[in-house]
Amino acid sequence: MIAPVSHYLVLSGVIFTIGVLGVLVRKNPLIMFMSIELMLNSANLAFVALSYNFKNVDGQVIAFFVMTIAAAEVVVGLAIISSIFRIRVNIDVDEVSSLKG
Amino acid sequence: MELAYFLAVSVIAVLAAVAVIVSRNSVHSALFMVVNLFCVAMLYLAAEFLAVVQITVYAGAIMVLFLFVVTMLNPAKEETPNRLANRLPLAVALGLVLLVGLSLALQPRFVKVAESAQSQASQAAGGNTQMVGGLLYTQYLLPFELASLLLLVGMVAAVVLGRKRA
Repeated sequence: MIAPVSHYLVLSGVIFTIGVLGVLVRKNPLIMFMSIELMLNSANLAFVALSYNFKNVDGQVIAFFVMTIAAAEVVVGLAIISSIFRIRVNIDVDEVSSLKG
Repeated sequence: MELAYFLAVSVIAVLAAVAVIVSRNSVHSALFMVVNLFCVAMLYLAAEFLAVVQITVYAGAIMVLFLFVVTMLNPAKEETPNRLANRLPLAVALGLVLLVGLSLALQPRFVKVAESAQSQASQAAGGNTQMVGGLLYTQYLLPFELASLLLLVGMVAAVVLGRKRA
C-alpha cells in the first residue's frame, strides 16, 4: 500500500476508538448502531492492510465475510429497533428496560 | 506524494467519524457515515474487489437501510424552496471538480501507475478479484455457504419482525 502498515493500523485504532465513544456517549439507538458499524469498518481496514503486508489474500476474504455478517446484523438490528421504537416519540435506550414486545 | 494522499483521506475519514457521533441530527450522522465508508474504500488500493464491495454493500445498501429507518423514526422537516438557490453554485463547482477528477483518472499515465501497484502474485493470477474468488470458492467454501444461509436467516427475521401485530 502507499503508507507503512503502522499508519493503517493507527487509523484503524482511531476509528475504532471513535466508534466505542459513540456507543458509550449517545442515547439514540440508531447512532449507537452506526458506531458499531464504524468499529466493524475499522476492523475491515486492519484486515486489508495486514493482508497486503503479509502478501496473503486471506485477510481480504475474512473482511468480505465481516461485511456480509455486518449486513445481516444491520437488517435484524434495524428491524428490532424499528419495531420497538415505532410508537415512541423520544427515542432513548434507557427507557426500554423490559423484554415484553 | 502518496503519503500526502493517505494523510488527506485518513484525516477526512477521522473527521467524518467524529461528526457521526457528534451530530445532533440523525440524517447528518448517516451521511457523514457514508463519507467515512467512502474514505476507507479509497484506502483499499491494492484490494480493488473489496473497495467496490465496500461501496456497493456498505455505503450503498446498509447506509440506505439506515436512512430509511432514520427518516421513518425521526421525520425531518420539509425544506423551504429558497434554500436550493443558495446551494446551487457550490453544488455546480463540486460537480465540475468531480468531472475533472474522473476524466483525469482515466488518462493512460495514471492507469499505468495503478497497474504497476499490483503485486506479482495478483498479476500472475489475473487480478485481485480472481485471487479473492479463487480462495473464496476453494478454501473458504464452507464459510461462504454459511454466510449465504445467514443472509437468508436475516431476511426471514426482518420479514417476521416487520409484520403488523394482528
